[in-house]
Amino acid sequence: MATNKVLMKGNEALAEAALRAGCRFFFGYPITPQTELAAYMSKRLPKEGGTYLQAESEVAAINMVYGAAAAGARAMTSSSSPGISLKGEGVSYIAGADLPCVIINVQRGGPGLGSIQPSQSDYWQATRALGHGDFFMPVFAPSTVQEMANCVYDAFNVADKYRTPVMILADGMLGQMMEPVVMPEPIDPATLPEKPWATCGHGGERFHNVANSLYLVASKLEEKNVERFKRYEIIKATEQRAETFLCEDAEIVLVAFGASARIAHSAVVTAREKGIRAGLVRPITLWPFPVDTLATTFDTARAYLSVEMNMGQMVDDVRLAVNGRAPVEFFGRTGGIIPTPAEVLAQIERIAAEKGLGGCCCTCKNSDEA
Amino acid sequence: MASTRIVLAGFGGQGILFAGKLIAYAGLIEDREVSWLPSYGPEMRGGTANCSVTVATEPIGSPLVLDPNVLVAMNQPSLDKFVDTVVPGGFIIADSTMVPNIPDAASLANPGITVYAIPATELAEKNDLKGLANIILAGKLWECTHFCERETLSAALAKCVPPRKQHLLEPNERALQLGIES
Repeated sequence: MATNKVLMKGNEALAEAALRAGCRFFFGYPITPQTELAAYMSKRLPKEGGTYLQAESEVAAINMVYGAAAAGARAMTSSSSPGISLKGEGVSYIAGADLPCVIINVQRGGPGLGSIQPSQSDYWQATRALGHGDFFMPVFAPSTVQEMANCVYDAFNVADKYRTPVMILADGMLGQMMEPVVMPEPIDPATLPEKPWATCGHGGERFHNVANSLYLVASKLEEKNVERFKRYEIIKATEQRAETFLCEDAEIVLVAFGASARIAHSAVVTAREKGIRAGLVRPITLWPFPVDTLATTFDTARAYLSVEMNMGQMVDDVRLAVNGRAPVEFFGRTGGIIPTPAEVLAQIERIAAEKGLGGCCCTCKNSDEA
Repeated sequence: MASTRIVLAGFGGQGILFAGKLIAYAGLIEDREVSWLPSYGPEMRGGTANCSVTVATEPIGSPLVLDPNVLVAMNQPSLDKFVDTVVPGGFIIADSTMVPNIPDAASLANPGITVYAIPATELAEKNDLKGLANIILAGKLWECTHFCERETLSAALAKCVPPRKQHLLEPNERALQLGIES
């Protein structure tokens, strides 16, 4: 066993990785199923010379992140679905002020107070409109505890590079489960690249910087937004991340992220054993959506199946990417119910039967086993 | 067994989550694929706490165990809730001090299941191991499945007992052995 491999909850891994990625400012408010993250930060951050603050509300917490980010620090907040909605206004301000930070959503069932069980029903909120105004933010969707730890680094790096808020979209299952994890090497915050735009003290050495999202002159705001969307084009071109599984000859391509990708993966394995050429595309970034990876499946795919823990949200992005080349279907469970591999397999078998696919030759089955 | 899928269930406070963590750590020490998922929903407030543990050779899909090959039940509602999910050839290990109605294998829907009624809570009290019924049952689970090497189990125990509670390592080790021999 690797001696540095430990068993950790997803929530704790996110917190420890943030610390190691140089985050010294965390502002939060407790909510199930995210609370272990804040609790971990409250224990560890003060010992690292950082600041942990349990704010009086989610709104206060996100505005503290706004302040710390403006001062150039790596800052983070976390919550679960209803709490994230409350942070929406602040996230919009942070995006408007072009500031980097990381926001973690350990999703639970909604709408409203919903349930406290795992869900992926904030996909639209994360990828479309977490706040008002013309903006997007990169969204990472890890599916293992190890990936949760790794993607915190990616999230802070992308945030700093493009001066944008970045979201990590997890869920109650990933947050609560323990898996073996090897923590990435820690980064000393002092060694991070300079942020010349930061509104930090400078002893009168230069003209003061301003962090602001208010532009009363319309043409100024338009200029700002156009410039920001140019950055988004670079993000879309360079920051798409996805993983494929058995897609080389896949006729039925499943698309699933996070927790549901784990279940879809199991279903694909069983479908292959039954001779159905199924594969899986697992988006790791939800925005930018990995359209380039999806495009690699166009030659063989006869149908797509989006598997989600909601009533059908990412399926919109799959349809946009597939653009009519093949039918795109959806299967999901909602309210906090985790779909089973058997349910997903039944959908694959139904599609295979309808399209006259599957039961393919034994040679292909053998090659898969090789 | 290529993959050992375990559901441990009981009242809050019986050490269900800890026993699960012990098994998961043993899997980790042997560099296997491991997952541990606790119940955290309303059910844990209403009587049954449970956790799903998988130790496998292949990457684990859903960490939620729906078809366990081992069920460890520490109260009646837990046994009743999960008894029919145990797969053919699986094991049911129940704390008979706490679970009055333990079905015999012949009455179960699935064939080939071995049912063990271990008076773990009573055994713990008699042996000055109060509160370690969970570890006795974990020992029995190991004896049924041999999901890891015996010494790995002790190494996992050493990992799971926090440094400030090292005096508890010896009784835990005794409980483990008691379970293996019961």
